[in-house]
Amino acid sequence: MTIMGTPRLRKEDPKLLTGEGKFVDDIHAPGELWMGMVRSPYAHAKIVSVDTAEAAAHSGVHAVYSGKDLEEMGLWIAPLPCVWPVTDDMLNPPHVPVVTEEANFVGEIVAVVLADSRYGAVDAAELVEVSYEELPAVASLDAAVTGDALAHSDLDTNKAYHWPLVPDPDALDAAFANAAHTVTGTFVQQRLIPAAMEPRGVLAVPSPHGGDITLYSSSQVPHILKVMVAATTGIPENKIRIVAPAVGGGFGAKLNINPDEILAVTLANRLGLPVRWTETRSEAAFSTHQGRGQNQTIEIAADAKGKILGVRVHLDADMGAYMRLITPGVPLLGSFLYTGVYDVPAFGFTCDGYFTNLTPTDAYRGAGRPEASYAIERAMDLLANEVGVGPDEIRRRNYLNGGEAFQDLEVASTLVFDSGHYGPNLDKALELSDYASLRAEQQRRREAGESKQLGIGLCTYVEICGLAPSRALAGLNYGAGGWEHALVRFLPTGKVEVVTGSTPHGQGHETSWSMIVADKLGVDPDDVEVLHSDTAISPLGLDTYGSRSLSVGGVAISMACDKVVEKARLIAAHQLEANPDDLEFSGGVFRVKGTPTAELPIQGIAYEAFTAHNLPDGMEPNLQEQMTFDPPNFAFPFGTHVAVVEVDEDTGGVTLVGYTAVDDCGPQVNPLIVEGQVHGGIVQGVAQALWEEAVYDEAGNCKNPSFLDYLVPSSMEVPSMVLDSTETPSTSNPLGVKGVGEAGTIGSAAAVINAVCDALSPYGVTDIEMPATPQKIWRKIQDAKGGEA
Amino acid sequence: MIPAALKYVEVDSAAAAVAALSEYGDDAKLMAGGHSLIPLMRFRLAAPAVIVDISRMGGLSDIRDAGEHISVGALARHHVVENSELLQAQAPLLAHVASKVGDPSVRHRGTLGGSMAHGDPASDLPAAVLALGGSVVLQGPDGERVVAADDFFTGFLETATAETEIITEIRIPKSSAGWSFQKFNRRAQDWAIVGVAAVLGDDPRVSLINMGPSPMRASAVEAALAGGASMAEAASLATDGTAAPTDLNGDADYRGHLARVFVERALVEAAG
Ligand SMILES: Cc1cc2nc3c(=O)[nH]c(=O)nc-3n(C[C@H](O)[C@H](O)[C@H](O)COP(=O)(O)OP(=O)(O)OC[C@H]3O[C@@H](n4cnc5c(N)ncnc54)[C@H](O)[C@@H]3O)c2cc1C
Repeated sequence: MTIMGTPRLRKEDPKLLTGEGKFVDDIHAPGELWMGMVRSPYAHAKIVSVDTAEAAAHSGVHAVYSGKDLEEMGLWIAPLPCVWPVTDDMLNPPHVPVVTEEANFVGEIVAVVLADSRYGAVDAAELVEVSYEELPAVASLDAAVTGDALAHSDLDTNKAYHWPLVPDPDALDAAFANAAHTVTGTFVQQRLIPAAMEPRGVLAVPSPHGGDITLYSSSQVPHILKVMVAATTGIPENKIRIVAPAVGGGFGAKLNINPDEILAVTLANRLGLPVRWTETRSEAAFSTHQGRGQNQTIEIAADAKGKILGVRVHLDADMGAYMRLITPGVPLLGSFLYTGVYDVPAFGFTCDGYFTNLTPTDAYRGAGRPEASYAIERAMDLLANEVGVGPDEIRRRNYLNGGEAFQDLEVASTLVFDSGHYGPNLDKALELSDYASLRAEQQRRREAGESKQLGIGLCTYVEICGLAPSRALAGLNYGAGGWEHALVRFLPTGKVEVVTGSTPHGQGHETSWSMIVADKLGVDPDDVEVLHSDTAISPLGLDTYGSRSLSVGGVAISMACDKVVEKARLIAAHQLEANPDDLEFSGGVFRVKGTPTAELPIQGIAYEAFTAHNLPDGMEPNLQEQMTFDPPNFAFPFGTHVAVVEVDEDTGGVTLVGYTAVDDCGPQVNPLIVEGQVHGGIVQGVAQALWEEAVYDEAGNCKNPSFLDYLVPSSMEVPSMVLDSTETPSTSNPLGVKGVGEAGTIGSAAAVINAVCDALSPYGVTDIEMPATPQKIWRKIQDAKGGEA
Repeated sequence: MIPAALKYVEVDSAAAAVAALSEYGDDAKLMAGGHSLIPLMRFRLAAPAVIVDISRMGGLSDIRDAGEHISVGALARHHVVENSELLQAQAPLLAHVASKVGDPSVRHRGTLGGSMAHGDPASDLPAAVLALGGSVVLQGPDGERVVAADDFFTGFLETATAETEIITEIRIPKSSAGWSFQKFNRRAQDWAIVGVAAVLGDDPRVSLINMGPSPMRASAVEAALAGGASMAEAASLATDGTAAPTDLNGDADYRGHLARVFVERALVEAAG
């Protein structure tokens, strides 16, 4: 490894930074029509009638369709897919692109306009007259669990499923019966709007001959989209091409099969004209799925010293109005992690999924794991308080394998953690954050009675990524595999093309993949071109989500490179008239051991493979190999985050003044990219802790669908962070790598709220709901003071 | 977030703007920086049939020393106000407040005249003009008139500006008195949840942001100070005559508490 492990600027950046990136909205096709969506203003209403006449007469309007019109046209053969039916009896009301009978959330599409301009489409959409009969709405998760209203009139319950993971119920009961200490935390994971920098957009372009269709979509999953478009529309899969051009972030929100995608494809296909749509920022709050939405209860049973005996967890999870692609599975992705980095003898987890009349939820950065680490890491602080030891000490007492290094260790949730070494990671974070001095300063301010109090919060998370062993996914009822495909091809001139099935949308795959190839093949990273995100160029793939790209897709590339080297070795041996075993390969050159003059560069061998003039008998021409890697196990990155907040007791204002993160994602290919991922990830978790929440009124209207009051933080709100790492290689792949795309988010929300609670602990405050707004904090302080002021 | 159809007219003088307003009546809206108007149009909360663009006309963006006061052209952008050496020396509060508006791109588009004309109770600059005892120069079909900032803000997003008038200038008395600006928000680029501008001196003036339907003075605080009350006593009257809104950032009670805290902090800082 010479290039891997060194910080390297991203190949992608010059183009993106100079406005040369081509996003869906930048791509146009002659004769294209714009879709304008008529959306339900009610969270729950019967559609009595849809009058499209006035809209159809508006200038520039090509057509207007109600849900019934589209149903009669037979544009689809199946509802929008959910590929993760977590139980056999899970309820899954059909979700069609445009509703016909009953609207189930504000923003659900009721009719579609096609017009020759974006403005015309939006103007005409306002002219569609829909008559609704309002029905009682389930406007919150609490209402779904306890209220009388039904989210779907034709179901007799809001409960979609019950999913248990209780490996040994008797042991769990015994743990709680024998406990010296028990603590219970009840936490709310508020709904979040993913808010990728680029809103979603689509452009479907039919080809006039041959009946094939190209869909440009700001998707992070073009390969999955292709299969699902075929399955939903009945258009043969081999007639569909999906292109995800430059995609400006996804965070899971572009991991879905959306009504607009199906509409664009089917209408373009039917009309023989290109059809496009770009969501507005506020539309995104309704039409793109949201994240989180859980009520959590976690109980820990511990002995007198605070050693954990058992952990019991129950979730109520807000599905929203429909099951989207993996909606029901998101809480379960976290289920295995509610025991955190701790040695937990007995564990039980149950989850009830509920329908509400709100925008559907689905994957959002971390998907289930930030929720899990939040619950266990908040509860560990409760336990520390209960036992009367520091938050660092309670963690040390409970670390798996005593905080010592381990490999392939089975934990209470029945998973096998690939590797871990938690003790030194915590030590490093405490040292870097100058934890002891922070505590001293906190004490000083408390004694001085200063109005700005300090709070210090720890989070020692573990997460699960590298989706996934396909067989493990089968065990979870997940409807697809978890492999990734790679192809590495030497061109005649010695340049390299890499085709990857991992679809980047901001992560820098082109840079990282070139670095892997450069090291493996001994070529310059700039001689490597990475091809992706177009199913015509990269036909096989399972895309990017769940921090899987490097540990599955990157590893596949590395393994394909190994195969290329092996083939090249046979050619070199043949031409140098040597035994293949006598050749050594380094720096891109094969040499015969002990005969320094006998050498062949691999780039020259590429040309030999191309001309095929002098290859070993029976060998296929060309130097190209492919690999599909299906990992034997997940990867389990971990780390320690230390957040420092200042709370102004007069106003309740909270400022994040310090942040230290020591993450362990195994060996790093490009530390600069790791740093960027950790940075952004941390801020996204801090955002949940302090700023972001999709707020709904009692009728189910989102009150903050724009950036005016949906508070996405900027660099101004975040201090300069201290980032470092430890390196514990994974046993799940030959590079030993783990993912890092979501780690920051998984570690930071708990660290920040632990810090806020720590600052308020003199008032006896042990919990505060996210986001910890100044008003909430101030009220907590007032309540503690007995309500004066 | 797609505005409705409109007619676009660009004018090159205040007189031409007045003529356009007279011609199109209440279908028309002036557009300066567009940073309050365009968001309303994109949400279709406003759908003016005619936009009269005044943003590129000459002559109305200068900042001049006019003897007793500083004359700030209505089209002076926030970043120009922020960096004006004249204002920094003669009315430092205004320059400072301009530096706290939104983010750099907002400050490079928004204008002082637009901010005054919009009259948003949550905006920063009107509070500064109120605390400095400034006035607004309006030009209409019948000529020019000067309205004191105290009389300018008449209701929620309503001002003394007539339909056919344009703000040409904001006059800021020179001031060497102690001053303070307090802005409490959750993110640096946000509007104030509550804000306070204070100018001490012979005639202490204190104004409040987001504590009622329009930019307003804290009259009870001012009167208490004039009557010799302590800063803490005066600050305890911060909510007299206010009608704070409730929104996702805080309810009226909490805003009242914040007003008392920040008035006191402002008085202490201004006196310091
Ligand atoms: C993201 C964002 C953040 C912001 N944050 C803040 C903040 O923190 N604090 C703050 O105070 N403001 C903030 N603003 C508002 C900003 O300061 C606006 O620029 C300002 O309020 C209006 O000025 P403008 O020139 O853009 O006016 P425009 O939007 O052009 O016009 C606003 C109104 O004033 C009228 N008008 C404009 N000029 C004149 C004139 N010369 N005579 C008569 N009528 C006129 C228009 O017809 C319109 O009704 C923010 C705006 C944005 C978009």
